[in-house]
Amino acid sequence: MSKRGIVLYLHAHQPYRVRKYSVFDTAINHDYFDESTYDIKSNNEQVFKKVVDKSYKPMNALLEKLLATYPEFKVSLSITGTFIEQAERWAPDVIESFKRLIASGRVEIVAETFYHSLAFFYSLNEFEHQVKAHQTKIRELFGVETKVFRNTELAYNDSLAKWADNYGFKGIMAEGWDPILDWRSPNFVYRPTGTKNISLLLKNYRLSDDVAFRFCDRSWPQWPLSADTYNEWVNTSITDKSIVNLFMDYETFGEHQWEDTGIFDFYETFIGKWLDNPANTFYTVSGAIEAFEPVDEISMQNTVTWADTERDLTAWSGNSMQQEALRYIYAMEDDILRTNDSELIGDWRKLQTSDHFYYMCTKWFNDGDVHAYFSAYESPYDAFLYYINVVRDLRWRLHHYHHTGGLNG
Amino acid sequence: MNILMLGWELPPHNSGGLGVACYNMSKALALQGSTIDFVIPYQAEYPEIDFMTVHCATKLAPTEHYGLGAYDSSKVIDKASDMRDVQKRYTKFVEKLVLSSKPDVIHAHDWLTMEAGIRAKQLTDAPLIVHVHATEFDRSGGNRGNPLVREIEYQGFMMADRIIAISNITKNIIIQEYGISKDKIEVIHNAIDVDILNDGYKYDFRTYKYLEYMKKQDYTIIGTGGRFTIQKGMTFLMRAIAKACQKYDKLLLLMTGDGEQRNELIMMAADLGISDKVFFPGFIRGKQFRDAYSVEDIYVMSSISEPFGLMALEAAHHGNALIITRQSGVGEVLHNIFRYDFWDEDTLTDQIIGIATSTALRTSLQQNVKNEYNKISWCDVAKKCLRIYESIRRRVAT
Repeated sequence: MSKRGIVLYLHAHQPYRVRKYSVFDTAINHDYFDESTYDIKSNNEQVFKKVVDKSYKPMNALLEKLLATYPEFKVSLSITGTFIEQAERWAPDVIESFKRLIASGRVEIVAETFYHSLAFFYSLNEFEHQVKAHQTKIRELFGVETKVFRNTELAYNDSLAKWADNYGFKGIMAEGWDPILDWRSPNFVYRPTGTKNISLLLKNYRLSDDVAFRFCDRSWPQWPLSADTYNEWVNTSITDKSIVNLFMDYETFGEHQWEDTGIFDFYETFIGKWLDNPANTFYTVSGAIEAFEPVDEISMQNTVTWADTERDLTAWSGNSMQQEALRYIYAMEDDILRTNDSELIGDWRKLQTSDHFYYMCTKWFNDGDVHAYFSAYESPYDAFLYYINVVRDLRWRLHHYHHTGGLNG
Repeated sequence: MNILMLGWELPPHNSGGLGVACYNMSKALALQGSTIDFVIPYQAEYPEIDFMTVHCATKLAPTEHYGLGAYDSSKVIDKASDMRDVQKRYTKFVEKLVLSSKPDVIHAHDWLTMEAGIRAKQLTDAPLIVHVHATEFDRSGGNRGNPLVREIEYQGFMMADRIIAISNITKNIIIQEYGISKDKIEVIHNAIDVDILNDGYKYDFRTYKYLEYMKKQDYTIIGTGGRFTIQKGMTFLMRAIAKACQKYDKLLLLMTGDGEQRNELIMMAADLGISDKVFFPGFIRGKQFRDAYSVEDIYVMSSISEPFGLMALEAAHHGNALIITRQSGVGEVLHNIFRYDFWDEDTLTDQIIGIATSTALRTSLQQNVKNEYNKISWCDVAKKCLRIYESIRRRVAT
């Protein structure tokens, strides 16, 4: 009988934000992602370097320390292609520290789309290409094979599970959302309906979000959260169960929750306390799948994500601007690919990153709750404006190649 | 709470937003249980106003009051004697009025009534609130303006127990241009009375028949309005339209209003080669005025310095997408809009083309801003005023 354990999974990602790209740039400049103004949130280099200092460096150092201190500590990471490319350019030492983590043998890399895209819902060909591109990059850089898949924003449904099963993944990850689970607990391994060999890991969103979202919230009745209390909650949650899946953004540590909130110390202390109990351990995502058989089948016909109270895709495709932008970008697929112009194709793929569409979200903006709104731009309308100017430039470049089609279409 | 409200106009005898704001604010305050004595500088009957007592300070007709130019301070110089004379008579009237009934608080609107407010405070020891809808700095397009008016404003700010600015932009002007401490100034944004606009108005497609025809040919109508003065920054808008037309030419500009820059703007359109795209219907009122909002797709508020900018809310009510300068106060209360710096023609051009060429962007802006301005109510304005009254009364009492 396997020990009960935490499956800790951290998701590291940075998009290529579109610069303030105006109608005067269209058909002239193709440097969509190179913001020249320094002190603004769409300057990718500046943002990246800032998050390196606040999060990636200190958290990787903490993870190294935890691996050295506790032989049972394990962690799974997903690192997007757009993150790796930017790290290689602006923070090669961060890549080196990831290599050291992975060399420990107790850090697993999770598969996903290279460009952190929602391509699964728009083009299966493009989606598979991006999954393969990511696997290749991980293999080349870290010398490991990915075995478990997570889709962008944990966007999951039954057909994705079937795809992953056929593709050969042995595990897939999703949100443990109550309306789907009903009376069932996320703290077991499940099997997606209609699949043969693949296992499903479900995020325990309460315990994950206690750390990821609520930790620094002073209006939360549990604030300030101590490692003892949290350890108690996790131990209670796992009683008579197999695993607790704690899935969160890597940037929770140091970026969403700043160092001065005490997040690093809190987590280090918590992990020590968790392992004080000899009944407890850690698993990587494939470790958990190997250790436990699925207890039941779970079906999610409609797409479930890890975002917002709705847990659906409306944060990325809920309004007409987002739908228009998505339609335009995926409509170009064939024309883009047949140019064989790697730069053009790369630009097109970087524009598929889900963050672009998230910036156009008006859900919270309507309520005037701008503070809840995390974006590189002043408003969702600005985000859309720059994006659409870039789309036009892509069309202009295509027009050059194929001498067909109108520029206004 | 007995409020002595010192105003310069009430609708329908108003030349602009000041009268409308005073009317709505007083009505909302009365609904919260306040007793209001409202003083105007001319003689008029307001049979529909039953929520407060209107006092007429002089026997002048409202038309004479118009000539005094509540908004156009350049006329103060020409008619200085007239204007100063009315202000003096207004102040005398207020002095007498406070002898018979002592107010709990004095609420004076803009420089026109500040001297009367100061006198009332001296005579009654009641706290004085100065409500700033526009400063001489705004009226002169960011210049020094009339030194006499500035002096009166400065005295008013100094003597006031509290200053209410209608936007952060105005608050900053009072701090920077007049050297007043920021702790003395509160911002209370104006609201819009949607009920007044929902009066059974129906858009008449025939009013701007040519523009409607052009819309069917996929043209986008961009509107702006107001006094054609340097303060409104319309020359920047004109140049942005010319730039935009080089990229996408299905654009038309409708400029309602009149003013000293009119001929300059007409000439400018010709120089830029876009005369056929710019329409000057002149100063219009009532139905034509509202039909202009209705025919427009995008409303641009291009002001160099705009304390608030009620017209933007009216335009939003009639279904426009809004583009507003960062120098306009109304932009502080709206999120579902585009903003730009008044001099930044390229950004304005980009925003205009973006809206004109994307149905999704246009409809998102138009629909979402509607949900937003509806939430700004005069009732909230009145509550904020009352809170300020209470805080000053306590302080004066102790």
